[in-house]
Amino acid sequence: MPTFVRTDKCDGCKGADKTACMYICPHDLMKLDMDGSETGHPMKSFNQEPEQCWECYSCVKICPQQAIEARHYADVVPLGGSVQPIRGTDSIIWSIKFRNGTQKRFKFPIRTTPEGSIDPYGGKPEADMAKIKDVGFFVQHNGYRAGDPSELIRK
Amino acid sequence: MAEFGNPDVVQEECDVLMIGGGMANCGAAYEIGPWAAKAEAELGRPMNIKLVDKAALPRSGAVAQGLSAINTYIGSEQDPADYARMVSNDLMGITRDDLAYDLGRHVDESVHMFEEWGLPIWKMDENGERFDGAQGMTPLADGGKPVRSGKWQIMINGESYKWIVAEAAQKALGAENIRERVFMVKLINDKNDKGRVAGAIGFSVREHTIYVYKAKAILLAAGGCVNIFRPRSVGEGTGRAWYPVWNAGSTYSMAAEAGAELTLMENRFVPTRFKDGYGPVGAWFLLFKAKATNAFGEGYMVKNKHMLDDYPPYGQAAVPASCLRNHLMLKEMKDGLGPIWMDTVTALADLREVLTPREVKHLEAEAWEDFLDMCVGQCGIWVGENIEPEKKNSELMPTEPYLLGSHSGCCGIWCSGPDDIGAPTEETEAGVPDHLPSGWNWGYRGMTTVNGLFTAGDGVGAAGHKFSSGSHAEGRMAAKSMVQYVLDNKDWTPELDTDVDDLVMEILKPVMTYMEHKDYSTAIDVNPNYITPKMLQFRLQKIMDEYVAGVATYYTTNAEMMRVAGEKIDMLKEDAEKMRAKDLHEWLRAWENYHRILTAEAHLKHIEFRQESRYPGFYYRADKNFVDEENWHCFVNSIYDKESGKWTCFKRAHVDLVDKSKLFK
Ligand SMILES: Cc1cc2nc3c(=O)[nH]c(=O)nc-3n(C[C@H](O)[C@H](O)[C@H](O)COP(=O)(O)OP(=O)(O)OC[C@H]3O[C@@H](n4cnc5c(N)ncnc54)[C@H](O)[C@@H]3O)c2cc1C
Ligand code: SF4
Ligand code: SF4
Repeated sequence: MPTFVRTDKCDGCKGADKTACMYICPHDLMKLDMDGSETGHPMKSFNQEPEQCWECYSCVKICPQQAIEARHYADVVPLGGSVQPIRGTDSIIWSIKFRNGTQKRFKFPIRTTPEGSIDPYGGKPEADMAKIKDVGFFVQHNGYRAGDPSELIRK
Repeated sequence: MAEFGNPDVVQEECDVLMIGGGMANCGAAYEIGPWAAKAEAELGRPMNIKLVDKAALPRSGAVAQGLSAINTYIGSEQDPADYARMVSNDLMGITRDDLAYDLGRHVDESVHMFEEWGLPIWKMDENGERFDGAQGMTPLADGGKPVRSGKWQIMINGESYKWIVAEAAQKALGAENIRERVFMVKLINDKNDKGRVAGAIGFSVREHTIYVYKAKAILLAAGGCVNIFRPRSVGEGTGRAWYPVWNAGSTYSMAAEAGAELTLMENRFVPTRFKDGYGPVGAWFLLFKAKATNAFGEGYMVKNKHMLDDYPPYGQAAVPASCLRNHLMLKEMKDGLGPIWMDTVTALADLREVLTPREVKHLEAEAWEDFLDMCVGQCGIWVGENIEPEKKNSELMPTEPYLLGSHSGCCGIWCSGPDDIGAPTEETEAGVPDHLPSGWNWGYRGMTTVNGLFTAGDGVGAAGHKFSSGSHAEGRMAAKSMVQYVLDNKDWTPELDTDVDDLVMEILKPVMTYMEHKDYSTAIDVNPNYITPKMLQFRLQKIMDEYVAGVATYYTTNAEMMRVAGEKIDMLKEDAEKMRAKDLHEWLRAWENYHRILTAEAHLKHIEFRQESRYPGFYYRADKNFVDEENWHCFVNSIYDKESGKWTCFKRAHVDLVDKSKLFK
């Protein structure tokens, strides 16, 4: 299901120095066609190597204009279905349409804290250099499993 | 921006360089901060730590799309020794108990942090009812009960898993210390000590800039390797491999070129997944209790159970090794009894019998979420083919092979383990090259056999089944020991063994080849003076698929087929010198494919060296189609000589640190 960009919706991220889809694609696939020489659509993005697309939907989820959709791999999948998300800050909503017209909608939580709110070391102890060669991390969070020593047969 | 073919060159020095911003290095980036802050006093200056990734951290690596489960969570009810036993049996008895055990005792710490940061983790109430992770129930750290989809797995609402973990890493390290869109090509050894790493070189795919780093310690965690075998889909669907198409074997190839010892590179992972979309099957088997059958409704795990007896003791454990489960399924396919079905219809109908309507609605959502969180492409297949799982079954299929060390595979780099659980301190197999360490620990947890070079996650060999959580925890362990390493080497200054200008010319070669020859022919892609990265990849995939046990031969090879493959790969390596790069994007593809070739070659050499078929169902040597416990219950390790381009394979003894007989009681 490579992604495609809708000409009626993409605004090239308003000429920002990097577009959201280019920023996010893990495989460097999304490309802004500045002068239209590659697509005939200046200042709009396109998927430059659709046969390398993992359908990870990172670009679909991040596009501020909802301009990116996916058309299922034509060499594998019959036409007509669609799977389209809208990702918010705490949940994602999926609209699913089958080839035969059946529709489904799902909403799932994605995060329990506000985006950008992580304070990585807030309320955490400092590291204890005396323990740098020991097992365990700088902070203990009730997850260290010391193990039953009798299980270690060569000790 | 610099003119194409004439890049800017930026040189930087740091104490620690992290290559790859996946789960492992996000863990390292988090753990290193407090230790580095404390080390400042002894160092007399702040520690300088940098991280580079070829992509953007919130969506890079194998977790880019999200995940629907955390596959390694020990919980208070299980012991790290149980975990080490499971890892061992699933990988046919040859894993490092020291590494698995150590991971088992640390991993839950990372899971508890994920929940604190905001990852929704499913919970079970007193009545055994399941709730999604946003219901404000007691966190795991305070005794909340997770929903187990298997003995070691717990369910999550993980669409934003990587986004959350990356946010913590980015804040911990500081955005100014992270450089995205930089693809690392090579490690550079130290001028005065070939057995030590001193730096690395790579380039940006955004600005035309080459980056040269000098570093005391490097944590190389750039994932596993996909696309060395011809994928089952070869048209527009080529990108739909199970493993993310962007991890190109950089970890293994860069480490090998720097002289690091690799281990178990003969191991591969061939997951059985939903056909074409490669959607996950774990929740279907474990949570929804679905059965897989042949075309005639026969359950092949029951029908072919006797075949497990050919592989004692690994076939006889309560849960047989993953490869053996494939082995039983492949029997049906080879006998012409396919397609193989996942019976979703019966599974969901059975569950409807015992659940309330509210729970059934939740169940349907759970089934879809399993895909939508981590493999949207599978939903694409379902909607295109009008498959509603309660009405129509789905086909299963084993994929093309992948190389990785953190999922149900264990290839990777030979690493120093913990020294407190009875690991060997001496090597008993003859033939290990003299300069390599002999026991299983040499001071710094996670350090490879190259001084200063560390790895984690998919990089650490002989210790599979770490998954997302374990990779994060392993990165954290490596971070701690890197701080120690930097302190122990505070008066040492890295010096690169190669002139920066020479390194730059080497990296730039595909660009220069293109510039020099592009006007020779009218069609830009057909030119006798160069090869496009795409065609080079196709050639590699053809060789590996047809000769080195890809899908074309039902995962079967033999010594003669591998000899032929070796000859072809030698020529391919020569031709790799003639790869072209017509733009920054293709430059990336060129070096990715260079990494793929070396990784593929290591795989070939290891299978050739091991005179048995250790992983039936993942690969078969038709000429040695048995497991030989007497002679090959050992690690196969190797080193690569980048000057001569030759591999040296050798054995290392396998030792149990936990009692494995418990698996069979
Ligand atoms: C399809 C799939 C499904 C999975 N499902 C689950 C699951 O349900 N539960 C679970 O717990 N685990 C799951 N895992 C396992 C988990 O994703 C991995 O174990 C984990 O991501 C490994 O971490 P890592 O840091 O080693 O590699 P990754 O997370 O893959 O990170 C590698 C990083 O290196 C970067 N990189 C690569 N090459 C270079 C280079 N040359 N230069 C610079 N940067 C580079 C990449 O951009 C990436 O950021 C799954 C894995 C896969 C592939
Ligand atoms: S993110 Fe959306 S709007 Fe921005 S360039 Fe890409 S497709 Fe266009
Ligand atoms: S779906 Fe993923 S791989 Fe495909 S273009 Fe979008 S971000 Fe890239």
